[in-house]
Amino acid sequence: MGESLDFDRIERNARIRNTVLKTVTYALLILWGLMVLFPFYWMVLTSVKSYGAYSSENIPQFFTLSPTFENYVKAFTGVPLARYFLNTVIFTVLTTALMLVVIIPAAFAFSRLSFRGRDLLFTLFLSLMMIPNELVVITNFVTITNAGLRNTFAGLILPSVTSVFYIYLLKENFAQIPDELYYAAKVDATTDFRYLTRVMIPISRPTIITITILKVIECWNSYVWPRLITDEQTRYLVSNGIQELRESGFGKDDIPSMMAAVVVISVPLIILFLIFHKKIMEGVSRGGTKG
Amino acid sequence: MEENNRKAWLYLVPAILFLGVFLVYPLVDVFVYSFEEGYNFASQSRFGVGLYNYGKVLHDVYFLQAVRNTFILVIITVPVSTGLALLISLGLASIPKLKDLFQTIYFLPYVTNTLAVGLVFMVLFRKTDYTDGMVNLLIRWFGGPTVDFIDGPYWAKMFVLCFYTVWVVLPFKILILTSALASVKQDYYNAAKVDGTRKWRIFTRITLPMISPMIFYLVITGFIGAFKAYSDAVALFGTNLNAAGMNTIVGYVYDMLYGNAGGYPSYASAAAIILFVIVLTITCINLMISKKNVHY
Repeated sequence: MGESLDFDRIERNARIRNTVLKTVTYALLILWGLMVLFPFYWMVLTSVKSYGAYSSENIPQFFTLSPTFENYVKAFTGVPLARYFLNTVIFTVLTTALMLVVIIPAAFAFSRLSFRGRDLLFTLFLSLMMIPNELVVITNFVTITNAGLRNTFAGLILPSVTSVFYIYLLKENFAQIPDELYYAAKVDATTDFRYLTRVMIPISRPTIITITILKVIECWNSYVWPRLITDEQTRYLVSNGIQELRESGFGKDDIPSMMAAVVVISVPLIILFLIFHKKIMEGVSRGGTKG
Repeated sequence: MEENNRKAWLYLVPAILFLGVFLVYPLVDVFVYSFEEGYNFASQSRFGVGLYNYGKVLHDVYFLQAVRNTFILVIITVPVSTGLALLISLGLASIPKLKDLFQTIYFLPYVTNTLAVGLVFMVLFRKTDYTDGMVNLLIRWFGGPTVDFIDGPYWAKMFVLCFYTVWVVLPFKILILTSALASVKQDYYNAAKVDGTRKWRIFTRITLPMISPMIFYLVITGFIGAFKAYSDAVALFGTNLNAAGMNTIVGYVYDMLYGNAGGYPSYASAAAIILFVIVLTITCINLMISKKNVHY
């Protein structure tokens, strides 16, 4: 009798302890979720408040009953936001495309072709991964400046093209494709190039897409190199545009217009993320880093 | 074989060309610059070869300030972000149903433009003549005194910088630790359950050792990343970081290269190499510690 009561009590205690633990866990997770989402909410909210309403708020308001889109109009007319946007799209597309053209053949050579010095060269390539960007940016800045490529797309794009890490990632992926396919293709007198474009690239499509998305994110957010190499407003990318805006555009206190510009700049990547979030997270966990 | 050789090199030419011009040559050149004393980009002149640049940089008050800021940032954000990421990942692992949803939300900062969202943080934290701002409103609710986090005292600015840095780096860490936790074999937990092991003991004796390689990976990359902090600071305090007293080592390198005080690639090179040596030393120490403590 006494024993069974004891048992009940132990079980009840365990249940209570579990419930408490679950509640605390959920509370903490939701709290951090709010911390992550709140800045996004605040930027959208502020961007739809009218300038007058915003500046008369001595105490920040958590919602607005009279949303307006005038700030978005101002964001596009007050500063060349469309221009920054277009520049960034051109920069991102060209850099990513050029990168694929460079790294796919390289990965192919390392994984499929045998030639003298291959392993040594690949080791050399891998060791290049350890070179921090901060070290090489100085000479690249001088090189591009001396070549007269400041404020040009060539100057922006060329140093941002290659990534040893993506060559490595793609080479690993190519290497998993069974040799039999290659021999079969050889028997059919398929050229190496045709084999690459018709067999290897289609098979490795998931990896290539992942690499493409990661590169697009990197390009869209790049700030340091564009800042060094552009000083004409017409060549700014969005990151530089946003910094310029903060320092001189709109008049320093037109926060709602600033936030409208921030929303416009953030939306493309957020849409990309919502569509591809599985692929992006998978790709990043396979070796992306940030900062 | 000969033909194969030529073809292979043909496939590699573009990559070798790009890497050679923009990665290998610059790496050599940066050392050359760092020893060319007082090289001025505009006048293309220098007054000697030697260690003068290093001495000059090491005695520059702005550089010392940048080093101090960077070290404080590293010492605070690396442990805090790693610990927080571990806590959140453990929480996520205990709620399998909603895990994906939460994880997707937590990952959002990774895909956003650091400069753009930094502006939002600036708006949230700053205090102006007409409004105290969002964060100060919260502080007042809890009865604290208001502070200008963007233009105010040093510790307040450092707090925002650390907070924003943690906010930015956490998605990556949560992602890595969550997949590390998911890869621990259920068998171990089942065995522990049969033995009636306590939760804390399961955590310290099974979970932690199993994911320790990933934790160390995060600590090492975290150190490297935090030492290179720059755009977060620009986002919060503007491009003139020296005036704000919030410059970082990388910021100092870029300021020396270009900007108001710019045009001195040799000082920039010396500072960049000093940074590289610091990072290399810390990474080696980390690797030595991890060799002793990580269970593979």
